[in-house]
Amino acid sequence: MYRECGVYRSSYAEDMVLFPLPADRIGAAALLIAAVLVPPLLGEYWLRGIMIPLLIFALSALGLNFLTGYAGQLSLGQSAFMAVGAYTGVILYGRYAVALPLALLAAGLAAAVIGALAGTPSLRIKGFYLAVATLAAQFLITWTIQHVHWISGGVYATVNTPPVRLAGLVLDTALRQYYLVLAVVVLLTVFGRNLVRSRIGRAWMAIRDRDIAAGIIGIPLLRYKVLAFVVSAFYAGVAGALVVFCWYGSANIEEFDLVNSVRILGMVIIGGMGSVVGPFLGAGFVTLLPIAISVGLHAVAGWTGGHAGTDLVSSLEDVIFGSLIVLFLVVEPLGLAQLWKNVKDYLRSWPFSY
Amino acid sequence: MKSFCLWGVMTAVSLTVCAALLVPPSPGAPPGGVIKVPELVYRTGPYAPAGSTAASAREDYFALMNARGGLDGQMFQWSECEDAYDTARGVECYERNKKDMSLVFPESTGITYALIDRSVHDKIPLVTIGYGRSDATDGTTFPYAFPVLGNYWSQASAFIGYIAAREGGKGLQGKRIALLHLDIPYGREPIPVFERLSKKMGFEFRNFPLPAPGLEQTAAWVDIARRYHADYVIQWNFGQSCTVPFTAMREVNFPIDRFSGVWWCGSEEDVRPAGELAKGYVTSNFTGVGRNFPVIQQILATVYKSGKGNIDESRVGTIYYNRGVVQGIVYVEAARAALKQFGAPLTGEKMRWGLEHLTISEARLQELGAAHLMPPVALTPENHGGVSGAYFQRWDGQAWQRIPGYWQPDADLVWELIRASAAQFREQKR
Repeated sequence: MYRECGVYRSSYAEDMVLFPLPADRIGAAALLIAAVLVPPLLGEYWLRGIMIPLLIFALSALGLNFLTGYAGQLSLGQSAFMAVGAYTGVILYGRYAVALPLALLAAGLAAAVIGALAGTPSLRIKGFYLAVATLAAQFLITWTIQHVHWISGGVYATVNTPPVRLAGLVLDTALRQYYLVLAVVVLLTVFGRNLVRSRIGRAWMAIRDRDIAAGIIGIPLLRYKVLAFVVSAFYAGVAGALVVFCWYGSANIEEFDLVNSVRILGMVIIGGMGSVVGPFLGAGFVTLLPIAISVGLHAVAGWTGGHAGTDLVSSLEDVIFGSLIVLFLVVEPLGLAQLWKNVKDYLRSWPFSY
Repeated sequence: MKSFCLWGVMTAVSLTVCAALLVPPSPGAPPGGVIKVPELVYRTGPYAPAGSTAASAREDYFALMNARGGLDGQMFQWSECEDAYDTARGVECYERNKKDMSLVFPESTGITYALIDRSVHDKIPLVTIGYGRSDATDGTTFPYAFPVLGNYWSQASAFIGYIAAREGGKGLQGKRIALLHLDIPYGREPIPVFERLSKKMGFEFRNFPLPAPGLEQTAAWVDIARRYHADYVIQWNFGQSCTVPFTAMREVNFPIDRFSGVWWCGSEEDVRPAGELAKGYVTSNFTGVGRNFPVIQQILATVYKSGKGNIDESRVGTIYYNRGVVQGIVYVEAARAALKQFGAPLTGEKMRWGLEHLTISEARLQELGAAHLMPPVALTPENHGGVSGAYFQRWDGQAWQRIPGYWQPDADLVWELIRASAAQFREQKR
């Protein structure tokens, strides 16, 4: 039963556990066990085509959610921070033979440093103006990566990774790549969930709700705003390195464009700002739904015996996807995470209305 | 009311997912067996005119083959996966369909880069005609990548050959050649060729980068025409940025007959919006233009006559259409060689052998009804094609007209760049 009745806490430690309700704990454990045990049964397609991209995008969106959802700072540069991580990771791993875990960490840190620089103007400029400032970061970073020959390594601005090795294993099967992504994502998600309910998370939310008030009650605005950029860029950097090591096999600057930044922001908004589950739901919505719609439409078109034109089917996919975004945001402007929360709140008080 | 909406949404989503899980009913298999051709296409997104025309042309060519009884009695059965020119979607399409693939046309630079490793792992040849990594010509480094026809370095070199011929054998000494390009890897790729040729042949060269998407070109054109006083300008753009120069160059009075463009700026879609302004504009191409090829006439007579065409009939014979037909010819000829050597069923590994031994001679092109639609091709395991020449074509205001001749590149120079770049790739993969 999903309710708080009968859940007693007798110490501060018990009060501070990550999931206070037994039902939540069981659910989270079941999800984790499923994420570990089910994939060997899934084919390469489900891992490489669906799960790996989903987790990588969710990780980057989670990072952006700290910045946009929790600290209230709009950013359009997430994709560029992913690029910083991707190139840092592959250069350290490929050219300098740095061990993979260190390369991933360094990818996050390098992105975090650049993120700190990009976040400094946030003390003075706010809202849409900040979004434009981060837009500048997006273009400056991608321009620099392309034009500094040492980074981009030649005409293609594409750096390929050598075979990826971790602890004596070569990550060349979809399953191994998936487990690495899963491990990193679980680790950073647990860290993130704890972060947002710590002093830092509370400070971010205070800044989001009214930054002048937050300043008056003694929250150092610059430090916490820049910190939000740092954490957000760190997540993006790690996600970018995972793109290279576990998904595409190369760092190609053209994948980290503005469209990708906007897409990640879309995941945060559709998934739910200021929530840790949200980015996962949002990433699922943005990456999986078009595929499901496309497969569904082709199946339906198949029933007509090929009379439905392929042009029509392809365009209809965009129409349906667009309509669903509008529909979901009209039904629940706070995003998919809020839908999930509504269900939980309903269960908590069931069968009474409050 | 709110919960009603909610349930509406839930139902819509679950219906979509249910539909997605249903397996499409497969048509009855013909007696000789089928060759499945899953394709990556983009009929939506920014480059839809190119993607939809080329994909449909390929399908038309397969339909023509089927109408003639297929390949050794095996019928082509194609299916489409929409990727909207998005790399993540393209990789998903590839993973979903690779079990049926014996060859893939990624049709996008991003997807090509993402599939370079996977195609080796899955043993599926990656055919990138006219784009992709120029160094993939080196078959020893890229065992499963096949440019087959044309790469950017060959093309750049052919441009200089064409301009030199236009100057009438006087040489290019002292001439100023400007490259107007998108400031992305694709746009910068030809620069080393121009730079080396300028030293070798004594012309001046300068490049003028345009920040992507390249829609604002006024400043660049003032630089080119008023400061640099270019004699010739070559544009290396894509999409809308190909059309902007026609108005921008008129403002600085640059003559259209000294302006030419890369083959991705050489389709009807690129010049039609400019109307009269584009008249006299020249671009390179790796295929022939128009409908006056027996193979295209056969497609019209067989496939379109029976109402089975895969695109609007007016698109038949356009630039992107002919490129799609050439892709179809390369696919079928490689499959023919592979089946002759190994027999059915067709697999990626057999197809790789077929491509590495692909020989489409002048005589064979005549038989196929595709003489001058494409140049002859002869590939080897070491040479995956790409060091080949270019045709040139001029827009007369109504249609593209082929300029007689076929311009060969400076093969030594192109090979030198290919070897250096392939060595760098091997270094990265080590």
